[in-house]
Amino acid sequence: MEFTEPALEYAEIWPLIVVFGVACLGILAEAFLPRGRRHVVQVALAAVGLLVALVGTVLVGTNLDTVADGEARGLIGGAGSVVVDGPTVFIWALVLVASLMGVALFAERRLEAGVSAFSGQAAALPGSDAERKAQGLDHTEVYPLLMFAVGGMLLFPASGDLLTMFVALEVLSLPLYLLSGLARRRRLLSQEAALKYFLLGAFSSGFFLYGMALVYGYAGSMDLGAIDAAVRNDSANSVMLRIGLGLLLVGLLFKVGAVPFQAWTPDVYQGAPTAVTAFMSAGTKIAAFGALLRLLYVGFGADRWSWQPVMWVIAILTMLIGAVLAVVQTDVKRMLAYSAVAHTGFLLTGVLGVQASGELAEGQVTSLQAVMFYLATYSFATIGAFAIVSLVRDSSGEATAFDRWAGLGKRSPLVAGAFAFFLLSMAGIPLTAGFVGKWAVFTVAMSAGAWPVVVVAIASSIFAVYFYVRHIRLMFFDVPEADAEVASVTAPSLLTSGTIAVGVLGTLVLGLVPGPLLQLAADAGQFIR
Amino acid sequence: MNDFPVLSVLVALPLVGALVVPFLKGAVAKQAGIGFSVATLVLAVVVAAQYELDGGMQLTETYNWIPAFGVHFALGVDGLGLLMVLLTALLVPVVLLASWRETETAVDGNEQGSPTAFVAWTLALESLSLAVFLATDVFLFYLVFEATLIPAYFLIGGFGRAGRSAAAIKFLMFQLAGGLILLIGVIGLYVVSAQAGTPSYLLSDLMALDIDTEAGRWLFATFFIAFAIKAPLFPVHTWLADTTGKATPGTSVLLVCVLDKIGTFGMLRFCLGIFPEASQWATPLVIVLALVSIVYGAFVAIGQDDVMRLIGLTSLSHFGFIVLGIFVFSTQGGTGSILYMVNHGLGTAALFLVAGYLVSRRGTASIRELGGQEKVTPVLAGLLLVAGLATLGLPGLSPFISEFLVIIAAFQYAWYVGAVAVTGIVLAAIYVLWMYQRTMTGPTADVVTRDQDLGVREIAAVAPLVAALVFFGFYPIPLMDAANPYVGDLLSHVGVTDDPPEVTAPAAAETAEEGEY
Repeated sequence: MEFTEPALEYAEIWPLIVVFGVACLGILAEAFLPRGRRHVVQVALAAVGLLVALVGTVLVGTNLDTVADGEARGLIGGAGSVVVDGPTVFIWALVLVASLMGVALFAERRLEAGVSAFSGQAAALPGSDAERKAQGLDHTEVYPLLMFAVGGMLLFPASGDLLTMFVALEVLSLPLYLLSGLARRRRLLSQEAALKYFLLGAFSSGFFLYGMALVYGYAGSMDLGAIDAAVRNDSANSVMLRIGLGLLLVGLLFKVGAVPFQAWTPDVYQGAPTAVTAFMSAGTKIAAFGALLRLLYVGFGADRWSWQPVMWVIAILTMLIGAVLAVVQTDVKRMLAYSAVAHTGFLLTGVLGVQASGELAEGQVTSLQAVMFYLATYSFATIGAFAIVSLVRDSSGEATAFDRWAGLGKRSPLVAGAFAFFLLSMAGIPLTAGFVGKWAVFTVAMSAGAWPVVVVAIASSIFAVYFYVRHIRLMFFDVPEADAEVASVTAPSLLTSGTIAVGVLGTLVLGLVPGPLLQLAADAGQFIR
Repeated sequence: MNDFPVLSVLVALPLVGALVVPFLKGAVAKQAGIGFSVATLVLAVVVAAQYELDGGMQLTETYNWIPAFGVHFALGVDGLGLLMVLLTALLVPVVLLASWRETETAVDGNEQGSPTAFVAWTLALESLSLAVFLATDVFLFYLVFEATLIPAYFLIGGFGRAGRSAAAIKFLMFQLAGGLILLIGVIGLYVVSAQAGTPSYLLSDLMALDIDTEAGRWLFATFFIAFAIKAPLFPVHTWLADTTGKATPGTSVLLVCVLDKIGTFGMLRFCLGIFPEASQWATPLVIVLALVSIVYGAFVAIGQDDVMRLIGLTSLSHFGFIVLGIFVFSTQGGTGSILYMVNHGLGTAALFLVAGYLVSRRGTASIRELGGQEKVTPVLAGLLLVAGLATLGLPGLSPFISEFLVIIAAFQYAWYVGAVAVTGIVLAAIYVLWMYQRTMTGPTADVVTRDQDLGVREIAAVAPLVAALVFFGFYPIPLMDAANPYVGDLLSHVGVTDDPPEVTAPAAAETAEEGEY
């Protein structure tokens, strides 16, 4: 057998290569630079790398060729394993913007009096002498870790076969497990979060792997296009296909935090350093939904009738359980975590609203467009919200308990106002981005005839509104107990305040003039098969 | 007509005010607020002057907004919209003037929010309400319909009596629940419109749409429930009294006299406009709910001890009348309802504000503890009496005409409907006069002194309302001129004709029946 060198489409996949390359450079910098200079160099490397990748993504996006009668744009590259098409580019841009905001939050050093929010030496036992000695140190390894995670997030939605998808899944997950365990304060909680995330994540990867094997057994190929062809021909044992698809879904639904695989979300969101939570909650969700969409629409699009009912049930459960459990939380980060679960449900509502392009009217919103737009709106709000959580502090660090937030609106009206604005967007109140996103995903589901899901979505929105509004009431109208310690806002550097400003601006602009981004999502076209 | 986007400016002006005022302090902020609201009123009068009485949407502006959703930024004014715009524009300066000192003193030991915030939120609410009444795109309407809740929430939660933040949550949860139900309908309209060709949210496109009967009925239900919560109608009225009981009188005026009008406005504009078949299908149930609201609201009002709650509940009864007038489908009913919306706005606003003056003087809203004002504070007592008499529909004051028209229409629809509605008038006399008797008459209480009578500012705030009540009581033609063409258009769209008058319809039916024998 002759070995032929695979021809890579460097012109299309170079943003991906830049991100991985910068990650490797970061490791070298960590090894060879003196400790004092690492922080600046690492931050600069990561930020520049992401910016270059973002510019590259835009360039790639404008130059994609049109295929399939104008319904899609792009090409299948990397010998079938990397697909650079419209949706890929759109999701890349979202991931990169979210990561840039994440880097800014990572680099914030004013909140902890000159050091970052990451542990000085993660291996030191909490409470030991070694930990005290490492007090003034910084973990600058977080930047290469972040870059690897970003690389995985870029590859995940672009995978053209299951094997690449699995590799990308691991590349994006492993750095996140580590990052979750690196909090400077409340280290036991952080380590617990990392361990839980790792164990459950590893378990779900196992499911994904087994699902891959079964689907391979059915289709005789890992390639999504080949799987699609096999599904259409309906040649072999379809029970194997169904089980395989189910197991694949377990792996992906775990990553997006859908019920019944949501149990890790609150613990990890709470324990991880808030900057990591912000980055991870947006980035992972964008990437994993990108992959989920590609898997379901491309690989199993012809078998829609067998997975749509499952998605109905999962979407309904996810929305309801996320919203109801958020109501009983007393910690801001946990509340936002359960709200993230509810939002996963809303996104799934969009995912299950897929219709063949012939069934849609001219100019009608497609499910892909709706989900991608929702991801954009959600990212701005969630990163901004977690950035604000990192500012609200008392003597022991971040004050996430509800009672500490009482009356914050009187002490710091601007920060509380911004937080309220993010909450209103998540609640889907008009004139914010969240409303347009919600409208879009509900519409595609309704249009596909999934009205029961939409009705449940509305019902869970009512629950969700309650806990968001209750928090606004807490900040603006509640008076703290006379002798209770309350949190106040620590003035951040431009990095965090800039991130919050971008979040507010994004949420506002997408709420008032969503047209251009929606059009962009429509122009991205369909997935290439 | 002309190219100047006067309606957009009308919406934008108070919004600019809401953005400017937070940078001002104290009295300057209040003056600026009144300045902006008076300028808005002037502009609204200019719009009215340009309006031509032959009906239809006028001064329209349409811009593409979100092409992917078929959403336009489309404004236009018709007879109904014009009256609501004028009412809103009139009430806001009145409220700001009447609430001049509202935020200065703590009530029940509760600190009030800053006066700047009160003015800014009020102007924001005005801007969004005007947009609601002018929107001719369902999506735009929904956006501003929901967005009005944010200023309203902060007005209730930040100002008023103890327990207001709980009241604010209750208000918001009810309204948002209604809004989300409406969202189903709005989404459904998109789907229906997309199936018919290209998706569009323009009211004119949707009115021309041929909606499947069953789908139309479901969509109608979502719209109607949302508007019933807004209006409010029995049995989704429970937020009303809690809210007016805790909020400041000024906020209550904005809520009951402006925001609640959106409910009945929406029934006319959207329920009847887009779903004529379903509206007629639902008529029996709606009329029962309206009658229950009239009677139940009045009885509950009679039983209240808190004067602000009482006034809130009288509105439940009045909104019953308005909804009844809308759903009997006749010119008298429709015109009566629209006039009722205006007159209720004027009368109830006066009642809320004057009662608010009383409550702030005595420091309690409990009717049992009030009393004995009449002899020492004659102006306060007199104004309360006028506002009260307007509320109970005394001839010579404008609410009488609208109530009369609605009741005529109710009798034409069916004698028993009219009979039940008439009891509302009797009960209104009880709750108003009994309230007046207990709060104003009787032995003069020790705490009441002569210098407690109304000041010039307070009288000036209520004066325009009283003047309008009297003027339109004797000369309602301007209101009718605006309302009649609109009602005519609407009824012909619904497919009901009573032109020549309704009386011929039963006669024609009888002839037809006789012919069969």
